[in-house]
Amino acid sequence: MSDTPTPPRAPGGRAAMKKELPEHLKAYRGVWVFIEYEHGHIHPVSLELLGEGRKLVDKLKVDLAGVLMGASQDDLLRAAAECFEFGADVVYLVVDPVLAHYRNEPFTKAMTDLVNIHKPEILLLGATTLGRDLAGSVATTLLTGLTADTTELAIDDERSLAATRPTFGGSLLCTIHTLNYRPQMATVRPRVMAMPARQPGRLGRLVEHPLHLVEDDIITKVLQFIPDRDSHKAQLAFADIVVAGGLGLKSMENFQLVKRLAEVLGGEYGGSRPLAQKGWITAERQIGQTGKTIRPKLYIAAGISGAIQHRVGVEGADLIVAINTDPNAPIFDFAHVGIVADAVELLPVLTEAFRQRLSLHYVSGNCVAS
Amino acid sequence: MHIVVCIKQVPDSAQIRVHPVTNTIMRQGVPSIINPYDLFALEEALRLRDKVGGQVTVLTMGPPMAEDSLRKALAYGADRAVLLTDRHFAGSDTLATTYALANAIKKVSETWRPPEIVFTGKQTIDGDTAQVGPGIAKRLNLNQLTYVSRIASFDRVAGGITVERRAEGGVQVLATRLPVLITMLEDSNEIRRGTMADALRAARAEVVKWSAQDADIPELALCGLRGSPTVVKKVFAPPARAEKAQQIPVTDRSWADMAADVMQAIFTRRPGIESDLLQRAEGY
Repeated sequence: MSDTPTPPRAPGGRAAMKKELPEHLKAYRGVWVFIEYEHGHIHPVSLELLGEGRKLVDKLKVDLAGVLMGASQDDLLRAAAECFEFGADVVYLVVDPVLAHYRNEPFTKAMTDLVNIHKPEILLLGATTLGRDLAGSVATTLLTGLTADTTELAIDDERSLAATRPTFGGSLLCTIHTLNYRPQMATVRPRVMAMPARQPGRLGRLVEHPLHLVEDDIITKVLQFIPDRDSHKAQLAFADIVVAGGLGLKSMENFQLVKRLAEVLGGEYGGSRPLAQKGWITAERQIGQTGKTIRPKLYIAAGISGAIQHRVGVEGADLIVAINTDPNAPIFDFAHVGIVADAVELLPVLTEAFRQRLSLHYVSGNCVAS
Repeated sequence: MHIVVCIKQVPDSAQIRVHPVTNTIMRQGVPSIINPYDLFALEEALRLRDKVGGQVTVLTMGPPMAEDSLRKALAYGADRAVLLTDRHFAGSDTLATTYALANAIKKVSETWRPPEIVFTGKQTIDGDTAQVGPGIAKRLNLNQLTYVSRIASFDRVAGGITVERRAEGGVQVLATRLPVLITMLEDSNEIRRGTMADALRAARAEVVKWSAQDADIPELALCGLRGSPTVVKKVFAPPARAEKAQQIPVTDRSWADMAADVMQAIFTRRPGIESDLLQRAEGY
């Protein structure tokens, strides 16, 4: 990905270059997903990537592989079985005591060794703190292209990976290709892709690889892991109902209206990037490309204009309701229900309407019961 | 002690607008700022220098106007600023960027002295890739510490450093040896207000400007667009959903009526939401 965003260019130049691969790169075949396995379980983003990888291999007519690393053979075999059930045809397994906890150095070596031996054409990783730490090192070691935080992956007519992601601070989308380098690498943020269905009993092929490293070779040591106590962090990403506010709320006091509606609906609240920058919400409550990606059943956006950076974080919602005073706000391009109104006025009335509906039922329920 | 902080001048994303008809970026009048994430890196570097002594060098790659951001960094208290600027760097992707920056850091090491720490922000707000830090670490063989929220201990004499870093579901405490590359997490500190003396010094200080040749970049073919494995094939605005949003009428209506309509639209489209809510309400 161009770190310096390049303005839209007329067709021509490098973008129009033929992607006929040099002979030695044609040997690269297959789609790999790095399986993030920590603290006894697979990160959901890795399974989501297996689902996405399946679509790519069906087009490419190649195998889908997961790459699993860790210290316990038993645990990893269980995880490998899970990968098969989520769509992997092959699992590459690296078991070594030095891989007990994630560290950049041994994981980078294990991954680059595997790539150099088996030559996959595509390598996908979750855009987590772990995946991003690893992806940058692996891509630099292999001297290949890496596209961060992609929101859409496709294969073009020349077997090339078309990786789409927001650009210009999330105001437009761009599609990026890796020319004349393999593997083509991309990261995808959690919850951007849908979780594939599990196919119980589905089997695959296991390939084990040794890692020639001893603990003394590795400079960085993990002293401790302190699990988060604040479980709210996970709740926003997985909530069924999310209410969020944007700059249209005009003040931090008005943002309380968002919290109140979320509370009545038993959901979580969040906000757009400018709110996080202004300090109205913590970074953990930011929804969008650089914050949390959500896939709730219901998403209510109050006073949010809906820039692409926000859109990609909420597009997985089943139902999007937008409240905004500007009829031309981009959020109305992807909302299912829209109302051109001042959220500051509407939110309290809407909160009251929901509260009454729910408490009315509560009363009538009581009547029936008695 | 020598610390290098890599910063980037970026457009203030809060002020970027897209032309509604042509879908092109309207750059006119959009102010440039230091990438906000880099300020956490700069502050951490300044604090460490204030504690153990030494110098902080800020480095950026960019157009000549990126000098503004370097002066700003000097005004915050950095000791020296280096601008890597050359048309050969135009169009660099992250791999080409790390090639240029890593070589520039080598030149910084030769010109002054090798840094014990290279700092970057966790990512930029325009590229949002978080790849440049790890790329520099790999190229310079620095021990890589990303998403660092706190430097827990630092021992220059023994060459050891212990940090807390954000990991999935918790905080990882890592110990490693210098030299290191650290990408700083947001909210880990707050950038200082520079002193008046620093502001005056920044206004007069010389910003070191290096071309690719000045920085002894070995291979120009690995820089800029030519050295970038990734290419942007197209830039576009996402299409609107085929199905238009259901608009709740607002003209001459009370807030209560509008609210009732919104609620009804939700329940009609997703009856499951209503039953979930009612079930939950009954649970109380």
